[in-house]
Formats: sequence, structure tokens, C-alpha cells
Amino acid sequence: MLYFLQQLINGLTLGMMYGLIAIGYSMVYGIIGMINFAHGEIYMIGAFISIIAFLLLGVLGVTWIPLALLLVLLIAMAFTAAYGWTVERLAYRPLRGSFRLAPLISAIGMSIFLQNYVQLLQGANVKAVPPIITGGWILAEQDGFAVRISNVQIMIILLTLVLMAIFSWIIANTPLGRAQRACEQDLKMAALCGVNVDRTISLTFVMGAALAAVAGLMATLYYGVVDFFIGFLAGIKAFTAAVLGGIGSIPGAMLGGLLLGLVEAFWSGYFTTEYKDVAAFSILVIVLIFLPTGLLGKPEIEKV
Amino acid sequence: MSTVATVGPRATAGGFDLARALKEAGLAAFVAFVLFVPLAGFKLVGQEGQLALEYRPHWVLIGTAAVFVGHLAINFIRAMRGPSQRARGEAGAMARFFTVHARWFGLAAALLAFLLPFTPLGNRYVVDVATTVLIYVMLGWGLNIVVGLAGLLDLGYVAFYAVGAYSYALFAQWFGLGFWEALPIAGVLAAIAGILLGFPVLRLRGDYLAIVTLGFGEIIRVVLLNWYDVTNGPDGISGIPRPTFFGLEFKRYSPDGMTFSQFFGIEYSSLHRVIFLYYLILILALITNWFVLRIRRLPIGRAWEALREDEIACKALGINPTNTKLTAFALGAMFGGFAGSFFATRQGFISPESFTFIESATILAIVVLGGMGSQIGVALAALVIVVLPELGREFEQFRMLLFGAAMVGIMVWRPRGLLAFREPTVRLHGRGQGEEAPR
Repeated sequence: MLYFLQQLINGLTLGMMYGLIAIGYSMVYGIIGMINFAHGEIYMIGAFISIIAFLLLGVLGVTWIPLALLLVLLIAMAFTAAYGWTVERLAYRPLRGSFRLAPLISAIGMSIFLQNYVQLLQGANVKAVPPIITGGWILAEQDGFAVRISNVQIMIILLTLVLMAIFSWIIANTPLGRAQRACEQDLKMAALCGVNVDRTISLTFVMGAALAAVAGLMATLYYGVVDFFIGFLAGIKAFTAAVLGGIGSIPGAMLGGLLLGLVEAFWSGYFTTEYKDVAAFSILVIVLIFLPTGLLGKPEIEKV
Repeated sequence: MSTVATVGPRATAGGFDLARALKEAGLAAFVAFVLFVPLAGFKLVGQEGQLALEYRPHWVLIGTAAVFVGHLAINFIRAMRGPSQRARGEAGAMARFFTVHARWFGLAAALLAFLLPFTPLGNRYVVDVATTVLIYVMLGWGLNIVVGLAGLLDLGYVAFYAVGAYSYALFAQWFGLGFWEALPIAGVLAAIAGILLGFPVLRLRGDYLAIVTLGFGEIIRVVLLNWYDVTNGPDGISGIPRPTFFGLEFKRYSPDGMTFSQFFGIEYSSLHRVIFLYYLILILALITNWFVLRIRRLPIGRAWEALREDEIACKALGINPTNTKLTAFALGAMFGGFAGSFFATRQGFISPESFTFIESATILAIVVLGGMGSQIGVALAALVIVVLPELGREFEQFRMLLFGAAMVGIMVWRPRGLLAFREPTVRLHGRGQGEEAPR
């Protein structure tokens, strides 16, 4: 039972990170119907910028951890968002309205480019970061087995919940959110009604990239190792999460992320770690067979 | 802000507005500056938790300056050239020429390919690279059935390639089968893998299919990596037997029977095997091409293309979409399996390293760059994709960077691929020209 609880905590933490990345996929897919394959790389860039910002703040003498964390969060979000904006501007906007596979190929190319760009600039070796947030709590103890939740895990869960709240508020209550929802329903009609579609799409990429940067920061704190290749697997996992939850739906992305995190945690906890990716993809296939639009996706009505 | 351009404005015919170009280049340089500051300006150095920063302000400045000058230059060239080609509607001229005369280009290319080892160019290195090109041509043609004809987005094609390669390697290792006996088995096994994967997922919409196939590719790789008892894990399988020429081996001496050089009474040369492998893949690729060209005219081929264009109309006409898609999937996988077998016998060693996602992406890029459904376009794209990195050997570390940038660039420049012009396969009126399926 306690073991179960421990895996639950680990799975929730992992799931929160997947969920944050998945939102970026889901929003972009909802509006322009393309798989932004480079999104995993944006997350990786977010992780790198976080480390660099931490070290820079250390040099500048900002050593009070909460302040440093907040600053790193803002820096990482801002600079990573710039990457998200540029990727959209360079690789996707010229292809708007072109045939379905073109943006995907462009996205795969962008993903390869960004991976190698970071590898060239930062080197191929794994960057290990000393733990910045330490300590934790013991929730329960029995027969020498203790259920622990570390402060990093608490921070990840709280931060995700706060961001989700802010984010849902933006989507529901601001003019930008309204424009996004309009674009999601009908791009052409939204443009005719005076919504600046290009700007809305750009801002969607910016928002997605900012959330991915937060996930990158979390991964840095949680795992303590970062290299130029982490974006690939995280990217396809997060996309899996988005599809699992019903792509285009933001609560769905979060739910899919959590589900995927839990599946992975329990699989590695009770079975083998080697096949945890296989388990994640198998869940995806099984869910899609029975619920072809994912858990919370809207059934697509095809008009003839 | 919405007109901020890192790509550049649509230049008006003639005239070069210097002030505007400077302003836009300045904005692009600013964006570049913001992008370069964190990642180029600082480098993480040191290891094992003792990270430190190295400062490189000059990199940021050089990069920013390069973007500024580059942006200005592009704008200048655009202004000089007048409206872009696309705007003048001449884009397809070359592609049209190529496609209409595809038969002759195809024949010429095939003839050239057959003569290659005997031309002065045909040294060992060239033949080796040409063999690699042909493997990708074959994979491209195989995937073309799935992506180009049936319109199903498959991001895990490399899985079938891996199934083919491992089938041959394992059959050779456990049952002592030769290449020719194992080839059909490998094809059938790959096709079965295609059906197994396709059966549950082909009812899904395009993008779901993409991610499931991507996942399948990863699953196969993870299994190959971890199933030690059978696949030998990351160490791979070595000592895979080489193919024989009707039972004649390509060795100096053979313990059982004659070797190729002894039989024909020529002096032994290690080049023989390289050339033989080249012809082998050339013939396999041509068979693939011939098969695809023929099957396009059969009802099933027509059904694929119809399905790609409009699934609902197909259903209304009584075409079973699942079975039709499944056939495309299985046949595409089969050719992937053949190519995989060839790959295994050529390398003599395979490991999961050879079957990563990047390989799938490369094959897909070949199909899309080639103009989706155009056979000769795929061959051309394979040539470009394989030979370009070969030429760039000196820029080893920049190879993949340039590869990625080229993929983006070609898509932006020519979203429908290099040879995008496509004649309809069937036409209602007019005899002759419309009846032939274009390559």
C-alpha cells in the first residue's frame, strides 16, 4: 500500500511535467491542426536556459533560493517563448494553407535543426546540475519503508496547478483567449470577424513555449541532468499524452499527461523500467481503439 | 509587430526601399540577439555537478551581425529579382517537364545506373554511396505506397525495415538460411508486422495514425534493445552471411564449392562483391518501381488514390477503407522488409542503432521532398538527401544541422516537393496521354 502511494506521488510529478508540455501540442493542434514536432526541442531549450540562468544568478550573487527560482522561471519562460515565436515565424507561417504534410516535415526538420544547434553551442555531454531544492517530507512509514515526497515534487505539483489556473483564466476571460477559441472553431470565419489570426497563432506558440520552458525547469530540478537529446522522448511522450486526452482539449492534455505519468511510474514500480515506453504507447493504442478521439476530445463531425 | 520579418517582406516589383529593409533587418537582428544571448552567449562547461559558465559575447555579436547582413542581402536580392517565382505562377514548369517526360528520364537514369560501375567514375567509394542511395530509393518507393498513394502518414516506417533486417539476421543465425531463402520470409514477416500494426489503428484519423506509427517504431527499437536472448541487445548481430550469386560465393577461397571468381575464371577482387551488391539493390529497387507502377493501375491502386483524395466518397462507392489501407500498409511494409534484408546482408552487422526515428524521418522526407507519389521525384530526392551529407563530410559536425535547415528550407520554398506536378492517373476525355500512369 505504501509502495503504491509512493509510485502515485512519483507518477503525479511526472504526469504534471508531461501535461505542461502536452498543452503546447494540444493548443497548436487545436488551432492550426498541425503536429508541432519541434515542441520537444523547445522544452529542451527551456531546460538549458534554466541552468544557464541559475548559474548566472549565482554569479550575480542572487542566492536566496525562492527569489532565484522566481527569476529563473521568468527568464526561462521569456527566452524560450522567443524561440517558440521564431520557430513559428520561420518554419510554419510560410506554409500556412499549404498541404497537410508540409508543416509536419518542416517541423521535423526544425526539430533536427534545434537539437544540433544546441549540441553545437553547448556540447554533447550530459550536464549534471547539483540539487538546488533539497529536503522533503516523510508522509508515512511502515516496516522500514517510508513514503517520501520531496520539496521539488511539492513545488512541481503546486506550480503546475497555479499555472493551470492562470492559464485557464486566460483562455476563458481575456480577449486573447477569446480569439484563440474563435480560431480553434473556424480559422477563416475568425479572420472575417476581425480576429488577427497570425497574431493569435504566434501568441499560442509563445504560450506553449513558455509552459514547455517551465517543464524544462522542473526537469532540471527533478532529474538534475540535461542533455541536448532529452527533447525527443519527452516530446513524443507529451504528444502521446495530448492524443490520449483528446487533442485540442486543454484539460484533456493535462489529464492525458497525468495518466501517462501514472502508467509509467506504476509500470516501472511493479514491472521493469526497460519497457516503460512500450507500456506508455500500448496504453495509447488501447485507448484510441476504444475512444478514437481520446478521453476528452470532441468527436469530429465530417461535413461532406 | 505582426509584420516583423525574419523572412522578409514581399518585395514589390522593382525598387529597393533601403530604409524599410534596414528597419526590418534591424528587427530581425534584435530577435536573433535575444535568441543567441542565452545559448550562444554562455556555455556550460565542467562536469559532475561542478558546472560553470564560459562567456562568449563575441559569438552573440557575430551571429547577430550575420543575421542582419543576411536579412538585408535576401531582401536586396528579392527586390532585384522582382516578384518571386511563385507569384508569377511559373513554379511547376520544370516539374511539369520532368513529369511529362518521366518515362525517358526514368529509362535514362536506369541505364546510367546499370552502367555506373563500368564508367571511369565507378570506383569503390562511388559504388558504395550509390548502393546507399538505392537503398533509400527503394525505401522511398516502398513508403510512397503508404504515404504518396494511400495518403497515410507513417512515421515509423523504419520498424518494418528493422523487422526485415532482423528476420534475415536471425534466420541466418539460427537456421542457417541464405539471403535468397530469407528474403521472401523477411518480406512476409514485415508485411505481417504491417498488418498487425495496421489492423487496430487504421480506423484512426491521419494524425493519430502518425503518432501511433511513431510509437510502434519506438516499441520495435526498445524491444530490439532489451530482448537480449534473441537480438543480443545493443551489441547487435554480427557475422551475417553475404549473398551468393546463384550459389557462388564472393570470397577468395570457399570450403564448399566454387567461388565467383573461380567459376568465371577471373582474378579475385574484393570489388566484385561491392558491385554485385550494387546490382542486387538496383534490381530490387527496379522491381519495387515496376510493382508500384503496375499496381497503381489495378483496382486496388486506384482505390488507394481515391481514398487519399476523399474517404467519404470512397465509402459511398463501396470501397472498404480499412482493407484498402491495410493492403497499402502491408505492401509498403513488405518492401521495407526486403530493403532491410538487403541492408543486413550488405553491412554484415546490424544493431538497434541503425533503426532510430531519424531514419524514419529521412525516408519520409525523401517521399515528401520527391513530391508525394512521384516515383522519379523520390529517386531524385533520395539522391539529394544521401549525397549532400556525403559532400559535406568536411563539415561533419554541421551535417545534421544543415540537414534540418534544408528540410525546413525546401518545404518553405517548395511545399509540394521538388517534383510536385502531378498528372491525373485516369482521365475521362482524350485518349493517349491520360491513359498512362505518370511515374
